[in-house]
Amino acid sequence: MALAYRAGVPIKDMEFVQYHPTGLPGTGILITEASRGEGGVLVNKDGYRYLQDYDLGEALDVNDERHPQKRTMELGPRDRLSQAFEQEREKGGTLQGEYGDYVHLDVRHMGEKNIEKKIPFVRELCRNYVGIDPVHELIPVRPVIHYVMGGVHTDIEGETPLPGLFAAGECACVSINGANRLGSNSLTELLVFGTRAARAAVRLCERTGDFANKELIAQGEEEQRRIREQFFKPGSGNETIAGIRTELKSTMESGAGIYRSRDSLVATCDKIRELKERCGRLELADHSLTFNTELTTALELEYMIDVAETLAHSALSRTESRGSHQRTDHPKRDDEKFLKHSLAYRTDGDPRIEYLDVKITSWPPGERVYGSK
Amino acid sequence: MEASEMKSSEPTIDLKVFRYRPEESSEASFEDYTVPYREDWVVLDALNYIKDKIDGTLSYRWSCRMGVCGSCGMMLNGEPKLTCSAFLRDYYPDPVQVEPLSYFPVIRDLVINMDDFMKKLEEVKAWLIPKEEQSVADGERLQSPAELAHFKQYSMCINCMLCYSACPVYGRHQEFTGPAAIALAQRYNLDSRDGAAAERGDVIFSDEGIWECTFVGDCTRVCPKNVDPAGAIQQAKVQATKDMFRSMLIPRKGTE
Repeated sequence: MALAYRAGVPIKDMEFVQYHPTGLPGTGILITEASRGEGGVLVNKDGYRYLQDYDLGEALDVNDERHPQKRTMELGPRDRLSQAFEQEREKGGTLQGEYGDYVHLDVRHMGEKNIEKKIPFVRELCRNYVGIDPVHELIPVRPVIHYVMGGVHTDIEGETPLPGLFAAGECACVSINGANRLGSNSLTELLVFGTRAARAAVRLCERTGDFANKELIAQGEEEQRRIREQFFKPGSGNETIAGIRTELKSTMESGAGIYRSRDSLVATCDKIRELKERCGRLELADHSLTFNTELTTALELEYMIDVAETLAHSALSRTESRGSHQRTDHPKRDDEKFLKHSLAYRTDGDPRIEYLDVKITSWPPGERVYGSK
Repeated sequence: MEASEMKSSEPTIDLKVFRYRPEESSEASFEDYTVPYREDWVVLDALNYIKDKIDGTLSYRWSCRMGVCGSCGMMLNGEPKLTCSAFLRDYYPDPVQVEPLSYFPVIRDLVINMDDFMKKLEEVKAWLIPKEEQSVADGERLQSPAELAHFKQYSMCINCMLCYSACPVYGRHQEFTGPAAIALAQRYNLDSRDGAAAERGDVIFSDEGIWECTFVGDCTRVCPKNVDPAGAIQQAKVQATKDMFRSMLIPRKGTE
């Protein structure tokens, strides 16, 4: 994404980020949705199924044959479950651990036989990474960042506005997800749009002759010069990669997380600007040209800052709530103003945000209702 | 997981890490690092702590940190392991010696050159080669759960190469096709949709293929995904023997 952004390609719909409601604290390893599909329930620190307080329906007994119910409680959508966690945390209902707040996923009522048969990988992960056995114990879980609906702006052929540049998969935004995403749709993005992009690229190659090799080589040399100047100049820097990365993660979580507001986003945008400037004072210990992973990590950090910048500024400009983008200061959806894709363009300063109308075909956006209403 | 600052009261563990920087010296050496000891840390967390806080020049590969990508394999106290799945608590309070995977050329520090393995994967054609062409309009190629069960275990391979570093035959004779490549060849040979077992046989039944294996079984023992490459190799030997006898008894109709 950052490479395309630097080449002048707009990055689309970056304010829409999906949280998966059940990751393991610390590692972020996912506990699959199947554990809830098979009847697992989420409980707060008092063992109470708190989702019933957040408009997700009635908490049926786990032994009730109607449990679990589609579009209800634990089978509500990822964004609503993650938002409920945040509200429960505000209320003081979550538990505190070394890696932040968490709640419990309870699958004990499934019994050992069913757990082994239906969700063996969950048991393996819990035993290996948390040191607990879900047959007898509660699994600590919390929302974790899972997927970015936004990405490099492409058309239905995977082609970006920069002729010859194609993108597909999670880095791209061909807009099959909109402001939210259903599980497994990333596979569609890969298989369908990966194929389309490849075919379009082949057609382009058949139409055009050789690439402007000389220009590409010159660009590569220029980037090599920049890397030497920026990272290999001795005695110039006092910043560390891990230090800046930690601050970046922290400001993204506090200001551009599950719930955002103008204040939190402005603070995050300010912080990103500061980190970007401090990134110029990184000095690397490793000046080797053989498998230099310190250099690749530094370049990745620059890219992360670029991506963070598009995300925070797109979120700041969208003064409404839609799908995974929830503004506490603008809780309503505003189709009049914002039935639009955002496009973040790189400039010398903050990104420039433009908008593009959403093409509505079969399903206009409707009311999102969950529980047995 | 984010590495936090080390407090003086905290328990620590020592790592003895293999270093090789070809631009500085043609000799390899070991470097000692002391890192915080945490119950829930794996060796990879300790390496990341070193890289973030102590020595940015240490090089190693890693990606997913959950035993799926297969890129963080190293020798821990002489045993091939995924460092993301090897807990410090299983070594503490003793130090852990960390070396690159055995039998592969070292590019730098803990990073090995995997070209040989990649070449072998290509040689055994570790991908689906359908029996007959089928258009998209013809729909899916259906497979029953029983047919899937034939090869599912072998499909769990994550190409981490631990089995090569455990294999004494590969250690002595690098021409050997080796455990993972043979298991993956079997994964496709046993797939009801595949029709290229004979093509793969040219490689896996050759002198450098299955017959090299002396059934030590270390490949199966170190496999983090319970793929059982040793089982795959023995199964292929039985198949090859049956095919040979059949071709002697019924000429020209000898292969299944």
